[in-house]
Amino acid sequence: MTDHTTTPFGRLAHWVDQRVGAARFTRSTLDYVFPKHFSFLFGEIALYSFVVLVATGIFLALFYSPSEAEVVYRGEYVPLRGVGMTEAYASVVDLSFSVHAGLLFRQTHHWAAIVFLGAIFIHLCRVFFTGAFRRPRELNWITGLTLMVVGIGEGFAGYSLLDDLLSGTGVRIGYSIAESIPVVGTWIAYWAWGGEYPGEGFLSRLFAVHIFLLPAIIATLIAVHLFLVARPHHAQFPGPGRREDNVVGLRLWPSYATLSVGFFFLIAAALTLMGGFLQINPVWLYGPYDVFAVSSGSQADWYFLWIQGALRLMPGVSLQLGPWTVANQFFPAVLYPGVVFGVLYLWPFLEARITGDHAEHHLLDRPRDRPVRTALGVAAITGFVVLLLAGSDDVFVTTFDWSIVTVRNVERVAFFVLPAVVGLVAWKIARDLARADAAQADDAPRPATAAPVTTATAGGLDGIDVAVRRGGARNGPTAGWSLGAVALAGAVVALGSVLRRRSRGS
Amino acid sequence: MADRPGGTARVATAFVLSVVASGGFIAAYQLDAGTQWLALALTVALGGLGTGLAWWSRRLMPQGPAEEPRPTLAPPAAEEQRTAETFRAGRQAIRRRGLLGGLLATAVGALGLGALWPARSLGPAPPTGLRATGWREGVRLVDESGAAVTTTTLDVGGVLTAFPEGTDPAANDQVVVVRVPPDDLDLPDGRRDWTPEGYVAYSKVCTHAGCPVGLYQDVGYLLLCPCHQATFDVAQGARPVFGPAPRELPQLPLRVGEDDSLIAGGDFSAPVGPDRWRLGGQG
Repeated sequence: MTDHTTTPFGRLAHWVDQRVGAARFTRSTLDYVFPKHFSFLFGEIALYSFVVLVATGIFLALFYSPSEAEVVYRGEYVPLRGVGMTEAYASVVDLSFSVHAGLLFRQTHHWAAIVFLGAIFIHLCRVFFTGAFRRPRELNWITGLTLMVVGIGEGFAGYSLLDDLLSGTGVRIGYSIAESIPVVGTWIAYWAWGGEYPGEGFLSRLFAVHIFLLPAIIATLIAVHLFLVARPHHAQFPGPGRREDNVVGLRLWPSYATLSVGFFFLIAAALTLMGGFLQINPVWLYGPYDVFAVSSGSQADWYFLWIQGALRLMPGVSLQLGPWTVANQFFPAVLYPGVVFGVLYLWPFLEARITGDHAEHHLLDRPRDRPVRTALGVAAITGFVVLLLAGSDDVFVTTFDWSIVTVRNVERVAFFVLPAVVGLVAWKIARDLARADAAQADDAPRPATAAPVTTATAGGLDGIDVAVRRGGARNGPTAGWSLGAVALAGAVVALGSVLRRRSRGS
Repeated sequence: MADRPGGTARVATAFVLSVVASGGFIAAYQLDAGTQWLALALTVALGGLGTGLAWWSRRLMPQGPAEEPRPTLAPPAAEEQRTAETFRAGRQAIRRRGLLGGLLATAVGALGLGALWPARSLGPAPPTGLRATGWREGVRLVDESGAAVTTTTLDVGGVLTAFPEGTDPAANDQVVVVRVPPDDLDLPDGRRDWTPEGYVAYSKVCTHAGCPVGLYQDVGYLLLCPCHQATFDVAQGARPVFGPAPRELPQLPLRVGEDDSLIAGGDFSAPVGPDRWRLGGQG
């Protein structure tokens, strides 16, 4: 045994260990085993996008000014010279044109936000369809969902800071949504905005919320979420050698840590490439916000586009209760998302109650194993996609010269009918696949289903190696295909947002 | 586990590439070479590092699979029992002074309430009456540049955005003025003298979500909001004919004043802006 206190790092480790007793915890951390599956990467994509968001965000915060003071633009972007605007918008235009790498970091920040929420969404789908939310991971599910909700708020706050015509329109709609909440809505709107729209000093409040309050909440939730993941160790797909009471995969030290840090740099590279070559949110083309103007073809980022779609599909009615009004926009923009997230929060408990399954689960389901759950999830995603389309239908209508009335009525029907149809199809596919699997299992003896695992040491266990690989060849691709479809849907959403935010002046 | 051949060379290449690209990033920055060069250099610098690390892990480090036992989460029943007893013993000591506990809760509650009070500084209380706009009987309509709107400003089929003269217009003051053939107007009762020479004025704030109702289609006299496509029939008192708006756009009565300028005959026919809880009562 070598004496580790002979090296400087070893002496430092010894010094710390003498004071906090970290050796045992550190060893178990270094030995932590990560099961491998591509679908487990989406959580990491979200985590590393957040790191990129913080890094680029710090840079942006040094140049952005949340001031609503009116200035006349005299900067480098010629078409806006002489135009009156807020100092906030002017600082964003200057940041984009005059600060070296300013545009790169601004666009990377925006793309990272889109990827952050997209990865969270796909990760949520993965967890849902594989039953990873079941006991003992209900709290992971709840913190993860909360991360998504706070992340959506953070994204909205972020792009609203720019005070361009597009984001200002979003803020106006946000005000009317806040105002629509029964009883307290007007108070909420008046207190958030500092008075009747457009309020007083809203941007500096939003700035504090965007760069301090919500990031602090997100960082805290990430820490709690990771702790809750590590405490019972990762769930894993079933396979030879994998049981409820073990974890099979890649050890943290050194293999997984190195791979994961490498993955971080690859994510950062991809976001930088997008930030440099895919234009996003060119606010200098939209012009400064003006409460008397609006642009047609305005679209929110994808994580708000479904609310925009819901606002559009809602029929033109509001609810009168004597002297009081439950406003039209309350139903699609507050009640509907409230119900969606309410059901999502309760889902682990609802499912446990319905199935009567209250046991611990560390082996994941494949989507086909639970046809009803799979069908419900697919139906919900279908409804979500219909709303995304509704949120962008004005662009289709003008591009293809369709009738907005027809398109809107088709969408209204589709919102209710399509989820049911697609859900039924998903249910049938899942059930048929499960049956085919069962038949196959009866016909042919499966290879090495229970390779004995007796020791647990770092490095190669050639026995399981073979068995896991063979199992992977059978199980991996099938589970992979269904998850791949979800990933593809997410990619389509991300691509769609490249096309979003078209702006033609009114 | 044997290292895969060529691993070291690959990893080294990736790292060297990353070093070169980092230099390239600095050069691009100094030369102000533009967003794309900066992005390219930084992407290669980050990507080289990432690829190198991933290769290092995949090719030169143990790939397992490793196995470890999963920790049991639930503590043994006896331990849970002991914890509960420890807690109860302490709670007993607190409960013996029931009055103090109650007072403590009250004090903490009062402090919490007090700490919440500064939230009042966030904004004024919402008004209990009709929300004020800048429109009064006799106020002239002016356009964006401040020029008075007169009976000759628009041709039939024309449209413009107008504001009350002499004030810094608030968001709720904006009106959209449209000129339509007077014979085609089919307004609700009592509004017949609100539209001199076919000039009709409505609040430009959509009654759905508050966007400015910015698009006008002369055929069919339709005003359309670009946010959610709420559509209003100008000839029929801006009745919503399509989309999510639950009620008509409030109409501003118009008269002709001196110099043929258009002036307001009073405030709007209804509360301006989207629906809210106390919209109908206005009290």
